[in-house]
Amino acid sequence: MAGPRNISVSEASRPVLPRHAKLKYDETRKVWVILAPERVLAPDEIAVEVLQLCNGERNVGVVADQLAAKYAAPREAILADVIVMLQDLADKGFLTEAREKTS
Amino acid sequence: MSDVLGNIPPETSDSLAVLEKQRSTAETFGIPLAVLLEITHRCPLQCPYCSNPVELDRSGKELTTDEWKKVLGELAEIGVLQVHFSGGEPTARKDLVELVKHASDAGLYTNLITSAVLLTREKLSDLADAGLCHVQISFQGIEEGLADRVAGYRNAHRKKLEVAKWTREIDLPLTVNAVMHRQNLHQLPDIIQMALDLDADRLEVANVQYYGWALKNRAALMPTVAQLDECTRLVEEARERLKGRLTIDYVVPDYYALRPKKCMGGWGRQFFNISPAGKVLPCHAAESITGLAFESVRSNHSIAWIWQNSEAFNRYRGTGWMKEPCKSCEFREIDFGGCRCQAFALTGDAANTDPACALSPLHETIFKQAEREAEGETNRFLYRNFAGGTLEPENDA
Repeated sequence: MAGPRNISVSEASRPVLPRHAKLKYDETRKVWVILAPERVLAPDEIAVEVLQLCNGERNVGVVADQLAAKYAAPREAILADVIVMLQDLADKGFLTEAREKTS
Repeated sequence: MSDVLGNIPPETSDSLAVLEKQRSTAETFGIPLAVLLEITHRCPLQCPYCSNPVELDRSGKELTTDEWKKVLGELAEIGVLQVHFSGGEPTARKDLVELVKHASDAGLYTNLITSAVLLTREKLSDLADAGLCHVQISFQGIEEGLADRVAGYRNAHRKKLEVAKWTREIDLPLTVNAVMHRQNLHQLPDIIQMALDLDADRLEVANVQYYGWALKNRAALMPTVAQLDECTRLVEEARERLKGRLTIDYVVPDYYALRPKKCMGGWGRQFFNISPAGKVLPCHAAESITGLAFESVRSNHSIAWIWQNSEAFNRYRGTGWMKEPCKSCEFREIDFGGCRCQAFALTGDAANTDPACALSPLHETIFKQAEREAEGETNRFLYRNFAGGTLEPENDA
């Protein structure tokens, strides 16, 4: 299993694209795309930036920290938008979550 | 926040637009995002609605491993993002793992569209290691009796269930493809449940499209209007109930519609496929249109040239080829007159309006005929094979 389904994205989530969803720069069309079964999604530049930070290690809170620092922007607003974007991706079935490591 | 980072749109779904949909209205000749590779017509199954042409390519005509590799490299180079390894049965080719590896190395997203009956766990695992991204398995029904009869292959259903399980065990995403018709539509609720039980991510509920083999079998396959209404209701209900859990793609049969489908997104606009012998085709049924010559990857032309310039692609591109009632129709750029193959099969001229359209002078006749067939007693199949078809024994139907 790639990970749990129906994930609910929160500040503590550590999301990552599942193996079957690939973020790639399309050299021909000069756009970023997410390749998935029978689908090609066109994330906007913010979505791309967020997804590049989502490696299954960082949690959403850390992602928001980094974007807030980079753009000198209010963290809470960024966090809210990041969660909405990732939840949308999760609802489409293109986001998974790293499981908690058990010791 | 939009004033900070610039342009997160209020509707976040827009930030993840499906590229095909976004492009389909404006884009005309851009290289397609995905290409269907029918690498062989050989298949152990004999489904009576097979989408392959009635004139199948024999194995001796198939492109060689090196020829397919060259095709894959060229596709990646011109901007194709996904390839679908299909057939026939693609696993009937011994070089499939090698081809998948080659495609993956070239940066292509690879889908396998399979009947699954020839796969072993080891082969599937090798394909995953070669970079395969997604597996789609066709199902003919919910239980062995009907499913194996439709497939014309003993133990097909049991084997498919087994391969579907392996697919998820080795962490590949799974699509269940269910081709629906009069004789199995009553199983749709169970098919949806089966897709869930198999842990599929995606289900295709694909009503049979009636050309080629399926047209020969129309009397045995055509659903009733009541069946279709129920099918649509079930799909809509399941989509709502399973949001985020199972994506359901729905292909409706067009016979009972008032407006034709925008077949292939319009001829030569966003799709092509390559036949086992290397023909570059605007649709997998296009060779059924006699009088059209299709260029091959074995010719001196590049695939990009064939897509842009070949006579077959340009013949029905856009709206210039249209006759009435299409020519002056307000929907001519919405549906492009429907399906050229269906227009040819049912009227003898691919430039006629697809009779699925209520504006076609033949619509009424064909609709009535389909309705009669749907109420009829004919359940015997003409099985698909290289011999031009074999009629099912009477007592099996």
